[in-house]
Amino acid sequence: MSEIRDLPARRTSGPGLRAQMNQNLQPVRRFANAHRSITIIVAMTFVGIFLPLFVAVVPPFNTFFPTTDLWVNGFAISGIYVLLALGLNIVVGLSGLLDLGYAAFFAIGSYTFAFAASPFTNQDFPFWPMLLVGAVVAAVFGILLGAPTLRLRGDYLAIVTLGFGEIVPIVFLNASRYTDGPNGIGGISKPVLFDIPFAGTNFYPFYITMLVILTITIILNYRLQESRLGRAWMAIREDELAAASNGVNTVTTKLLAFALGASTAGLAGVYSASKLGGVFPGSFDFTVSFTVLAMVVLGGMGNIWGVAVGAFIIYTIQSVILKQLNQFFDDAKIPFLMDIDFINYQFLIYGIALVAMMLLRPEGLFPSSRRKQELHAADDEGEGPPGTLADPIGATPQ
Amino acid sequence: MYTLTRVFGQTGAVEDLGYLAFLLIVTIAATMLILGVLGVLIERFAYRPLRNAPRLAPLITAIGISFILQNIIQILFGPSPVNTPQLIALSHRFELLGASIPYVDVFIIVLAVGLMVGLQQFVNRTKLGRAMRSTAQDREAAQLMGVDINRTIAATFFLAAALAGAAGVIQGLHFGNIKFDLGFQAGLKAFTAAVLGGIGNITGAALGGFVIGFFEVTAAAFGFNQWGQALVFTVLIVVLIFRPAGLFGQQLGERA
Repeated sequence: MSEIRDLPARRTSGPGLRAQMNQNLQPVRRFANAHRSITIIVAMTFVGIFLPLFVAVVPPFNTFFPTTDLWVNGFAISGIYVLLALGLNIVVGLSGLLDLGYAAFFAIGSYTFAFAASPFTNQDFPFWPMLLVGAVVAAVFGILLGAPTLRLRGDYLAIVTLGFGEIVPIVFLNASRYTDGPNGIGGISKPVLFDIPFAGTNFYPFYITMLVILTITIILNYRLQESRLGRAWMAIREDELAAASNGVNTVTTKLLAFALGASTAGLAGVYSASKLGGVFPGSFDFTVSFTVLAMVVLGGMGNIWGVAVGAFIIYTIQSVILKQLNQFFDDAKIPFLMDIDFINYQFLIYGIALVAMMLLRPEGLFPSSRRKQELHAADDEGEGPPGTLADPIGATPQ
Repeated sequence: MYTLTRVFGQTGAVEDLGYLAFLLIVTIAATMLILGVLGVLIERFAYRPLRNAPRLAPLITAIGISFILQNIIQILFGPSPVNTPQLIALSHRFELLGASIPYVDVFIIVLAVGLMVGLQQFVNRTKLGRAMRSTAQDREAAQLMGVDINRTIAATFFLAAALAGAAGVIQGLHFGNIKFDLGFQAGLKAFTAAVLGGIGNITGAALGGFVIGFFEVTAAAFGFNQWGQALVFTVLIVVLIFRPAGLFGQQLGERA
């Protein structure tokens, strides 16, 4: 399946309002660019304080749950998805490798902590170092999967990762001697830090933990993106052959993308195992990978903030708004609409969103400027990047 | 995306069997026709605009489409398996060398082999088939030689979706029920079979399909039923790593 990109793509946006806004934001932007890590910490702190206040005060949101605590709980869980999306963004967004089995690494991270700290295995390793262990274990599996398969391209890589994503939950399901099969592993330990109560109905400790993890992840992601490695990822995404001939070691670079993406999922897995208190093989199926992919694509592949915000919004829609919509129409007794269970439509909506995004706005809702340039290169130059004859089975020497 | 087109076929068959349970031939022909047209429409509106886009775009679209179709079927027919009429009752059997064989299985084998031979002949002997092969090798060169790329690709999608539809009907005939997400696993297995046999090699794909089926049934017979799927995907990964051209594959033209 060769791909020749020689026809001009459709023009979707032009300068104007956006350029003007950029002008006004110039000083802020300059500071943000110069002190990125500080900016991220400040922004995340602001978001962390703002979110609970927002849902406690602003009308439609404050009626959804009896207490704000439940919102905070929701935010802590949505942070898991933000983390997953950030990890997948490294693989899909920065390096351009389509990984459809991403949930497998999430599962591996979760089970790592389940093995390390649950009554089922009679172990009780502390949470904090296990965060790192989970990340490392997932990264190792990322390399194990990546090493043999990364020379495959496009469709083939996607299908192999899809297969891997199917195998891992099947293994956890069927190796019941070690995983208790479909029952999953329950009673997983909560983190211990001084006297802070992580158990119970006060969800702020978990919420703040997630904020800290996210802040560190986002800072690291930005650093990575701007590093030599990050630039190599983007070079591979844009044209693997050109990158290789300019001295990028494509195998190591892609492996690192897989490993780092997987390690983020492992981190998310450990956190989620502790937060939810249990792991079940059924909760890591393809729909998780698909949801996270939709988050990355909608947020804007390659744009860290965009992906984070996209993931947060999608998770909120999926877990809160759709249920509330059901409730709302049921209460209002609106004919037809009250018969619809909107939660059933979730994946239909994601599917439509993915196709629509690819057709109309491939750079995502919050595009990264570089990715946008790439995707709309044809608009500016009159012709696309030089045609590449992609060979799906990767016969090109690397 | 070829594989994902099959996904819909499997699910789509529910509809046709429910309504048109009169004649086997009519059912199969209608299913194949409807799904073929659906495949062409999907190609026209979802894939053709992306033909020159970066390679990630059509892949993501394919996943999106598969979820859209699966969920439409789920919404229309519900999440639980739907019973399909077993037009040839399983109780109609005959004895052969001590084995009791239902007639429906004979019908399925005849139909499947017939379709495979037909496809083989079509791809190897007709002008359109030659156009397909040349497009697969080098789209640009094919275009320069006067092949109508759009028509050829549309025809390919028609064929793929139609065959998937036939597979869906067969599934219904044999097992007596169909579920909305059947096609997901089936699509993966189909891809595995195609890769095992060598992409672009119809005989190879057919043999690959039999090998995969044999693997699964053997695993089940030895009491590893639940490991069958994991085994299939392991096969896929191993084949792709060690013999990406497949067991019976020839080198494809798209090698640079």
